[in-house]
Amino acid sequence: MGGLSAEAWGAVALSLKVAFWATLFALPLAVFVAHVLARRQFWGREILNGLVHLPLILPPVVTGYLLLLGFGTQGPIGAALARVGIVFAFSWTGAALAAGVMAFPLMVRAIRLSLEAVDPGLEAAAATLGASRIWVFASVTLPLILPGVIAGTILAFAKAMGEFGATITFVSNIPGETQTLPLAVHELLQVPGGEQAAMGLAMISVCIALGALLVSEWVSRRVAARVAGR
Amino acid sequence: MSLEVQIHQRLGSAALDVAFDAPPGITVLFGRSGAGKTSVINAVAGLSRIDEGRIAIEGEVLEDSATGVWLPPHKRGLGYIFQEARLFPHLTVRQNLRYGRWFSRRGPQEAQVVEMLGIGPLLGRRPGALSGGERQRVAIGRALMAGPKLLLADEPLASLDDPRKAEIFPYFEALRDEMAVPVLYVSHAASEVARLATTVVVIEDGRVLRQGPAAEVLADPGVTPVGVRAAGAVLEARLVAQHADGLSELEANGLRLLLPRVDRAEGAAMRVRIEAQDVMLSLEEPQGISALNCWPAVVREVRVGSGPGALVQLDAGGNQVLARVTRRSVQALDLRAGMAIWAVLKAVSVARM
Repeated sequence: MGGLSAEAWGAVALSLKVAFWATLFALPLAVFVAHVLARRQFWGREILNGLVHLPLILPPVVTGYLLLLGFGTQGPIGAALARVGIVFAFSWTGAALAAGVMAFPLMVRAIRLSLEAVDPGLEAAAATLGASRIWVFASVTLPLILPGVIAGTILAFAKAMGEFGATITFVSNIPGETQTLPLAVHELLQVPGGEQAAMGLAMISVCIALGALLVSEWVSRRVAARVAGR
Repeated sequence: MSLEVQIHQRLGSAALDVAFDAPPGITVLFGRSGAGKTSVINAVAGLSRIDEGRIAIEGEVLEDSATGVWLPPHKRGLGYIFQEARLFPHLTVRQNLRYGRWFSRRGPQEAQVVEMLGIGPLLGRRPGALSGGERQRVAIGRALMAGPKLLLADEPLASLDDPRKAEIFPYFEALRDEMAVPVLYVSHAASEVARLATTVVVIEDGRVLRQGPAAEVLADPGVTPVGVRAAGAVLEARLVAQHADGLSELEANGLRLLLPRVDRAEGAAMRVRIEAQDVMLSLEEPQGISALNCWPAVVREVRVGSGPGALVQLDAGGNQVLARVTRRSVQALDLRAGMAIWAVLKAVSVARM
């Protein structure tokens, strides 16, 4: 591992940073959207559901292109945000946005599944005991969906770590700025003699992914036992 | 406390159109499954909105379609005991009990509730490790601890077997007698009504068929919401003597009843239930029969059903009793209102000590 260049290690660190921020910002929004989809009946529910799932089905390159159109310096949202100092284009924050968008549907799905498994009767019981909606959510719903939230978060983190197509399309492949681990592997494979370094990065990637899965399994098993009342 | 309920609501193809007042004590909404009882109790709890009507407790309006007032469930200050306990699985029994206390300062002492329900040994456990009866006791405690103005109970015994039911009954009686919390109780079981009800509101097809004190309503042959098989009157009685041969002598409005030994002191008041199918009728005073309890009575009403049976309401010294006989017997004995007759009570059970 010592054979990896500083640049390669930089890509690993950048990937962790990008995935961390992408997951952190996506999580509360995913919980909210999953709750809306699982518990409310409203016009446009299916449209919202479709929009959320779109990045899962679209070619990632298309998602990246759409992000570029919307959040690029010329894009309507990107231009507006640039005026308040938030820039996504060709910056690591853009990589985090792309990773977050791509990971979002996985997170929503995991959380929604666990929400649908929660008996609404328990929430009604909490309401009759004096809990307002927010309290019901915080004291009953959230603890009960915690295994799903954790599973969804780890899954989303792993997805964000590995995001390639949307990232390279949206923010390009700039070493030290937007060159995440998969982008670095891709570049190393384009140059002669880069295979060994690529292999090193691939091994790190496998280790991070496996570690994440093991931790999530362990945590969600413990939480599941707790919330099942055992 | 008194609860006033007026609800007009469409529920799919059916309609709910009920109005009743619940005085202190246990008011039982009695009717068959699907009659609309649970819809009523959910509306009172605020778990569902009503199209039209008014719900108020002691003049405090919880919901009124005319003024648009609607208090959400968490602001109503009512306790709800569900059929399936609905304990929070991620919390211990103690945390479940204290849940309502996070939001309310009123309510009884925890020690008093734990003592009354006998759940001290369970406090550290989680709901997953409790039996059905234990869960329901904790659910009662949890509802009580929030200090409710009124307790709602939706068939809280229906998912329990008979021994577990017998285990829970006394706690509802304690609620009524010790805690003085009024209760609105949904049931389709005549035995529960006979045992618990102060007031009965009979609901059939989304309407109130009859309401009044339990002894009056249960003795009405025109009110058999769960079928004539379950019909039976309740009487208030007093234990007057314990006999050496293991029988207890009770007295109800001056008439004597002999029952297998009831373990209470002389003078104790109790409620007995006489099922209509356990009452035989005789034109003359029965002689040489094994039944111990034979009362002279007057026929008040004969109600012939659509089947082969008939319900006969009797008045025995002020005690209202129902007898279930066949239509053939009605003809053979020429039963009609006002005639004197003898009632043979084959079985009498104590509904409530």
